[in-house]
Amino acid sequence: MSSDQPFITDDSAVVTETRDARMGEGRGDRFNSRLREAFGSSPFILTKFDKFLNWARGSSMFMLQFGIACCSIEMMHTYAVKHDLDRFGSGVPRASPRQADVMIVPGTIVSKFAPRMKRVYDQMPEPKFVVGMGSCTISGGPFQEGYNVIKGAEEVIPVDIHVPGCPPRPEALVYGVAKLQERIANGEASPVTVKPYELEQFSDLEKDELVEHLTDQIDEDDLVMRYNFADSP
Amino acid sequence: MSLQDPAGDLETADEASAVVERDPDELAELLGDAVIGREEHVNAPGFVIRSDAVQDVLSTLKEEAGYDHLSVVTAQEYENRYESIYHLKKYADPTQEVSVVVPADKQNPVSESAEPVFRTADWHEREAYDLVGIEYDDHPDLRRILLPETWQGHPLSMDYDKDQPQVVSLREHANPLQADHREDESDTMFINIGPHHPATHGVLHLKTTLDGEQVADVESDIGYLHRSEEQMAQSGTYRHQIMPYPDRWDYISAGLLNEYAYARAAEDLADIEVPEYAQIIRTMGAELCRIAAHMLAVATFALDINGDFTATFMYAINDREQAQSILEDLTGQRMMFNYFRLGGVVWDLPEPRAEFFEKTRDFLDQLPGSVEEYHDLLTANEILQMRTIDTGILPPEVAKNYGATGPVARGSGVDYDLRRDDPYGYYDELDWDVITEDGCDNYSRLLVRLQEVEESAKIIEQCVDLLEDWPEDDRTIQSNVPRTLKPEDDKEIYRAVEGAKGELGIYIRADGTDKPARFKIRSPCFSNLQTLPEMANGEYVPDMVAALGSLDIVLGEVDR
Repeated sequence: MSSDQPFITDDSAVVTETRDARMGEGRGDRFNSRLREAFGSSPFILTKFDKFLNWARGSSMFMLQFGIACCSIEMMHTYAVKHDLDRFGSGVPRASPRQADVMIVPGTIVSKFAPRMKRVYDQMPEPKFVVGMGSCTISGGPFQEGYNVIKGAEEVIPVDIHVPGCPPRPEALVYGVAKLQERIANGEASPVTVKPYELEQFSDLEKDELVEHLTDQIDEDDLVMRYNFADSP
Repeated sequence: MSLQDPAGDLETADEASAVVERDPDELAELLGDAVIGREEHVNAPGFVIRSDAVQDVLSTLKEEAGYDHLSVVTAQEYENRYESIYHLKKYADPTQEVSVVVPADKQNPVSESAEPVFRTADWHEREAYDLVGIEYDDHPDLRRILLPETWQGHPLSMDYDKDQPQVVSLREHANPLQADHREDESDTMFINIGPHHPATHGVLHLKTTLDGEQVADVESDIGYLHRSEEQMAQSGTYRHQIMPYPDRWDYISAGLLNEYAYARAAEDLADIEVPEYAQIIRTMGAELCRIAAHMLAVATFALDINGDFTATFMYAINDREQAQSILEDLTGQRMMFNYFRLGGVVWDLPEPRAEFFEKTRDFLDQLPGSVEEYHDLLTANEILQMRTIDTGILPPEVAKNYGATGPVARGSGVDYDLRRDDPYGYYDELDWDVITEDGCDNYSRLLVRLQEVEESAKIIEQCVDLLEDWPEDDRTIQSNVPRTLKPEDDKEIYRAVEGAKGELGIYIRADGTDKPARFKIRSPCFSNLQTLPEMANGEYVPDMVAALGSLDIVLGEVDR
């Protein structure tokens, strides 16, 4: 009852006998998967419900089909032939955030897009995970000095795994996703904290010169994101 | 008055006036007292005109002198004035260029809009207003285009404060599906497509108004990937710091084509020669990139039309992988090559060369087979034909008016390809054809891309032959280029190459330092995307998606 590991016996004779008794004799070897070997002796496994669920979560992830910039081309290659992310149980791109549980952020986030990305992230059901792909999602990458560029996806949403590169090779993204699966199976996720740039109602913003200036352009209850570029890293 | 001497073998008087070249003095005379000064740009004569005579001057040049292609509008700020430059060309002969320079007052920068003459000026002037802050009189809809509507300041103007806070709104309560009664009688509906949507090929936002199932109006909202590329280039030095950025404009592995644009403009600006051997390598690399880019265009188009994620898409990605693998051997990177240098390329072909040539040849040998396969899967497919033939019609005159170039223009029968018409690199030494189709529909644009893949393969094959037999002692990959390039003050140039999507041009103004004072990118996708309402209005929603797919836009290049 208290064990974290599934109950496995090493006695292979017992294993085979029990299996034969249950499956009938003369079955081909192809039914003898390692899992069968492990479970063969006992029809039950004991584990914690959370642990089992984490294992299931990590083994079957629905990715959000989310293309932003250059990295999305390499992301497409990662999904497609040769690299085939589906081999790792995480290659089903979903077009709707409501069906997805992993978001790969593949590209530069600019001021106009950040509120949209936050919105899409908010629309994903819990638990949700984020893989930041490429240097732009780490720091703004080659565009860090740009007047319009957010200095990393982590200014807006929590990121679990950063995959560096410009763009990262498909192999690197596969490695990043595999690392994420490992973390999920271990029950780890980055904490969801308040980010520097949050969506908030316009009327909640501190009334400074800029906000006063914009009052006739933005409705009171519109959602807005306020950027303080001077304080950006 | 322009038709005094039609050339004998041309069919219509219009075409005759289009290719007759006039010297700058004649043009000045034609324009009369609108001209208040003359300038000399490296690529073309420049006429400084009064800011209230823009429409007169441009329509005279268009109607009477045959300059029917407004490539780009460059706006910039000087110490004492603002300036808009209209770069005009002829579709019939793009080597004939003229720049129309319109100065505007420093305190109150207003000049007349060119939109009534060239439709394409609509977006270009909105961009100029957005980034530099010049206002255009008589413009139908002068709003910000790349930056959010609530942005403060104009980032490429001189007094812009990069550190000031900004507030950007998200119209959360805007219903993505709602009744939209524009006129009293109408019963239309607003539907929001994008910026996160599988059919928009990136972060494009389409504000669509539907009348039943038909598109009544579609408005593209762009700028979701505006990464300040022009500013990044303006803060880099000519010699090394700018070259990595072009790779990221049209990022569908078309990197070398983009690098070609910068290399060509900067080399002509600084009078740098490129060794012949390096030019062949460049040409070969660029065409490999074109194949990779067109493959993705075909793949995503199939995705849009057939909804076919398994067959065509995977086949095309497989072919791309091979092209990318060759490019990786050549340059060291899969996508962001950074391979060109001013005056040549960064290193020679990979050793052992025989292996590289063999790999390239293998790729070329199997290419006709795979193109055949695409024809079987796509162009011969009845469903695809039903969806694409006679949908998304773009007549040639409309295409020209919007400044469309590349496969989009060639699919409408506009015979315009800078590789042949304004030769650079090694293209004029090689044997290949420009592909045009007269269908003007989605199907023609697909056909053009598929056939261009084969033409590119021809070019690569000839380059490989040349490179293989090149004398061992003449393999100069770079000419001698000074460590610091400082082109003369006030030297201006606009140069374009044929990118994967069309005319990719760059305007550079030097100010005597080692960094450009103004670096303007003419993106083919930006102009091509503007034609979407022409193709989509009155059609069904799925036909609009097909039209968008056939335009093959890359948001990195649209927004820059």
